Amino acid sequence: MASRIFGSGIKRREDPRLVTGQARYTDDFVLPNMVHMAVVRSPYAHAKIKSIDTKKAASMPGVLAVFTGRQMKDAGFGPIPCAWVVPGSDTKTPPYPAIATEIVRYVGNAVAIVVAQDRYQVRDAVDAVDVDYEPLPVTVDAFRATQKGAPQLHADVPNNICFHWHVTGGDVESAFKTADVVVKERIVNQRLIPNAMEPRASLAQYSSASGEVTLWTTTQNPHIVRFLLSLDCGIPEHKIRVIAPEVGGGFGSKIPHYPEESMVIFASKALNRPVKWTESRSENYRATIHGRDHIQEVEIAAKKDGTIVGLRGKVWANLGAYLSTASTGIPTILHGLMLSGVYKIPNIHEDVYGVFTNTTPVDAYRGAGRPEATFIVERLVDLLARKLKMDPVELRRKNMIPPFKDGYTVATGLAYDTGNYEAALDKALKIADYKALRKQQSDMRAKGQYLGIGMCTYAEICGLGPSQVAGAVGFGGGLWESAIVRFYPSGKVNVFVGVSPHGQGEETTFAQIVASELGVSVDDVEVLHGDTDQTPMGWGTYGSRTTAVGSGALMGAIQKIKDKAKVVTAHLLEASPDDIDYADGKFFVKGSPDKFKTIQDVALMANVAWNYPKGLEPGLEASAFFDPPNFVYPFGAHIAVVQVDAETGEVTLKRYIAVDDCGRVINPMIVEGQVHGGIAQGVGQALWEGAVYDDDGQLLTGSMMDYAVPKAAYFPKFELAMTETPTSVNPLGVKGIGETGTIASTPAVYNAVADALAPLGVERINMPLTPERVWRAIREQRKA
Amino acid sequence: MKHTVSLTVNGAKQTGEVEPRLLLVHFLRENLGLTGTNVGCDTSQCGACTVMIDGQAVKSCTVLTVQADGSKVTTIEGLASDGKLHPIQQAFWEKHGLQCGFCTPGMIMTAFDLLQKNPRPSEADVRHGIDGNLCRCTGYQNIVAAVQEAAARMKA
Amino acid sequence: MIPAPFEYYRPKNTAEALKLLQKVKGARLLAGGHSLLPAMKLRLSSPGALVDIARIKELSGIKSVKGGLQIGAMTTHAAIGASDVVRKICPVLAETAGNIGDLQVRNRGTIGGSIAHADPAADYPTLMLLLGARFTVTGPKKKREIKADDFFVDLFTTALKRGEILTSIYVPAESAAVYLKHRHPASSFAVVGVAAAIAMKNGKCDRVAVAIGGATAVPVRAGAVEQALSGKEPTSANLDRAAAAVAQAIKSPLSDSYASGEFRTHLATVMARRALTQVAAKAR
Repeated sequence: MASRIFGSGIKRREDPRLVTGQARYTDDFVLPNMVHMAVVRSPYAHAKIKSIDTKKAASMPGVLAVFTGRQMKDAGFGPIPCAWVVPGSDTKTPPYPAIATEIVRYVGNAVAIVVAQDRYQVRDAVDAVDVDYEPLPVTVDAFRATQKGAPQLHADVPNNICFHWHVTGGDVESAFKTADVVVKERIVNQRLIPNAMEPRASLAQYSSASGEVTLWTTTQNPHIVRFLLSLDCGIPEHKIRVIAPEVGGGFGSKIPHYPEESMVIFASKALNRPVKWTESRSENYRATIHGRDHIQEVEIAAKKDGTIVGLRGKVWANLGAYLSTASTGIPTILHGLMLSGVYKIPNIHEDVYGVFTNTTPVDAYRGAGRPEATFIVERLVDLLARKLKMDPVELRRKNMIPPFKDGYTVATGLAYDTGNYEAALDKALKIADYKALRKQQSDMRAKGQYLGIGMCTYAEICGLGPSQVAGAVGFGGGLWESAIVRFYPSGKVNVFVGVSPHGQGEETTFAQIVASELGVSVDDVEVLHGDTDQTPMGWGTYGSRTTAVGSGALMGAIQKIKDKAKVVTAHLLEASPDDIDYADGKFFVKGSPDKFKTIQDVALMANVAWNYPKGLEPGLEASAFFDPPNFVYPFGAHIAVVQVDAETGEVTLKRYIAVDDCGRVINPMIVEGQVHGGIAQGVGQALWEGAVYDDDGQLLTGSMMDYAVPKAAYFPKFELAMTETPTSVNPLGVKGIGETGTIASTPAVYNAVADALAPLGVERINMPLTPERVWRAIREQRKA
Repeated sequence: MKHTVSLTVNGAKQTGEVEPRLLLVHFLRENLGLTGTNVGCDTSQCGACTVMIDGQAVKSCTVLTVQADGSKVTTIEGLASDGKLHPIQQAFWEKHGLQCGFCTPGMIMTAFDLLQKNPRPSEADVRHGIDGNLCRCTGYQNIVAAVQEAAARMKA
Repeated sequence: MIPAPFEYYRPKNTAEALKLLQKVKGARLLAGGHSLLPAMKLRLSSPGALVDIARIKELSGIKSVKGGLQIGAMTTHAAIGASDVVRKICPVLAETAGNIGDLQVRNRGTIGGSIAHADPAADYPTLMLLLGARFTVTGPKKKREIKADDFFVDLFTTALKRGEILTSIYVPAESAAVYLKHRHPASSFAVVGVAAAIAMKNGKCDRVAVAIGGATAVPVRAGAVEQALSGKEPTSANLDRAAAAVAQAIKSPLSDSYASGEFRTHLATVMARRALTQVAAKAR
């Protein structure tokens, strides 16, 4: 399969339209007769709706209509579905009305919608909708919400506990009883706001004549949205067209099917005009899902020589006020099952409580459960190293799973595909010049300066996933993928895929695959995605699956094309199909390489079918579906070097080394870009980001003035390297890389800061490690 | 009361009857159909809306259309000439300085002003120069490389 | 994102601007707009009318005058930061201006707009206090001069009377001053900003000025710090001792979810010591 194009960092096919401003994002679309929708949202975190007076708003300039939840319900629109219910966890699924009718449960909960001619008029009218609320008591903390006396959000969900899930492997009780040393920690993996740069938007055009609706929406998975809309909008699936146009980032926050998608359809149907809604950034902070928000009480048990014998924990996972599309799977399946990390931990147990609180719903955000798991493991390992006075590198080495090519099953039951953890660690240590760093650290300590070195060795579960497993764990859909490869008479190619990239570059990498496999020029391949009318059913782009799973389908279709091309070539060259071989763009007779046809020759003949095998269907097009037999498990080792100003508490990231293994690499430039972006977000969690609610459920970090999305000047140049350990899970041997940077960097940076402050006796500080938090931690230790 | 405004946008004279409160970014996107300039926030942090006004990079979400009356405005659509990409656009493409592309037009317009003011920026100059432009996809590394590459080309 | 409706006027000169302020009910001045428009977009502020003075030529410009600089209120931060004249006569002003907000903000934000807005987290007010700036304020009937010391009254409140316009700023020359700030990681505003200047005489600190902003509703001069260092050599011990007196200047510190009042006071103390150390090295 060796070819110059596969593995080459070629320029992206996506970029010309993006750098010239020609790309069309959802808010860029203007349809004839289009009107604008705005949502009236609750300013209270928990309240009864006593009355809604829409008269004043309805009479304002340009306003066409004001609708309430009751009207939407009467029009046949049902609650927003939850598409993941994990079996064996006693999950309660209280209804999530698109527009609240009786009770609002979080600041931002929709209570009415206004439709007007333009976005200025509709904004004015929102303020004129008069809602009379009766405030109710509020609960925002995932632990406190489960305690006696806490306000109850939903009927039939006692103690606000949505589910209780657990994972067990081995016998933790004995392990902890017989261990030489146990280290406990309480970790707050704080709530984050995803902050994709493009705010969400939806534009619906309903046609009463045909009963069809087209929805342009900022989604990572148009087919899933179509499916869920068919469940809550009363419109059958085959009459719904969902289009993800250019989408400006998602990071998981554009996976869910959101209430606004149903609202614009409802309004379009009611008014018989296209209706567009676009959120403002402040609205996004309240109406678009948040990430993380775990309270974790965890502990690790080991022998005195450092051999880890067990790990267990209890987690209270904040779900927010309602279940979003995938909410329940994130802190369970995608989290607890990864508690072995890269180590041989024979005994593991975790209890996870999913808890409702009066906050914005929580769902998948870059890493989705794995950052929360990796942080536990890597933090406990560092704490254990400190307790045993062992170098954290040596402790990791001692417990690492040795290299494997044919699977390794961990105590939680997951079968990792391939791994070589120590090689990645060694490479990272070499690039960092670990010994020199430790010397630099001790020299600086002598001068009262605090340098910290932290690391994270990780494996993560992605390439979602085997559909049987999806079903078994309660995911409401499949996780296979699809591709159609279509050759035109002129030899050009369109590829239609069920995945839905929004910055990850598959228009380029999939073209590279076709070019590499079939000898066409990359410029002759156009990859199309995002339009459910145009593409085969698929499950979208998230969970680092687009290439790992999508390429499997693409390869399947390519193989069918190759097989057919051999038959056509055989006919043209008067040979037997078994005598036709393929290499470097040529289908040739074995032993007579000068007797060949190119794929373009084949495409033309297959499309005109003049000189053609009897009984063979014309055309050169194939579709394939790929259901991966397993997840894929990329891995790596990251090292962060920080300097802490002990007087001001300021933390500066001085160096960041990332060694990652995502199996075979199609485009190294694109892979590096994913790692860069992932690292930035993970460092953001460690040092600057955090969504904060007060006790009344008001979002204190309510805009970009308060929530610190990291800026360029906050980072050094990242030092990247790779190892390549192919997977056997898909034909190309590719794993995922979209989330690894985020998963690894939060613990790497946190461990670095802890390492810097170790001589001052500081061990635990809650993230983000703001200057004030670091300063207080140092001060408290000085007092003690 | 509406005001008549007259601006030169990407070299073409444009007029309009606008409310004083109409933000320039909305005038560009909706009245003129120049949707390359994007709206990413509502507190003037993100810079996705950056355009050039009278030769300087400005966040067009924080300018009223009436304030820009009589001004020369350049948006991302006006950067390439005769179908040829501006060196900054070319450098962003070559250095993979973008992923989802939403912040990119604003980033490129800021880079244009940055390089005007400082044709030989250091890495630190570039990182600080884009303080007013947020990107969530790239981690900034390739954006910085792109701007430095553009600087090298434009100097030549 | 979208302001409430308002009327808009763009007077051709200061006299016309003053008339409009008298005549039009609820009129507010619009300069660079990068404080006012964000507030209006969030509907935290909804004036009925804006009087745009940003393009009035006579209100913009930088002149070297006796003892310092005369700067038109509508001069942008970018212009001040890039000005050779400012760099020569009062380099700390150029450095500070060049570090406000970001590149795009500096292209529009004006020195007069910032000072008249009196945001506690702004940079100029602290520096103006340190340097002993004087503000020319033009009213419908007369002009007057207000010292920086007397100008900042409270949070977003100045000594400007209704109908008056801050038209010009006199900044005394200063060769050895430093302004340090701790930037809020999201907004980039000064959580704490410390400005320091020292004039030396015979190896001892002759005149010491320290101003602290961001920690309180209005910037303050840290008199106790200045007194503690005055007449002394700028040794490490003396600087430490002087900086420790910062807390005395900070009464009722501001507090938010990023930085408490206690932390701001502590930061101010550390930053004061660092600023004084830097400026003592410069002043030698």
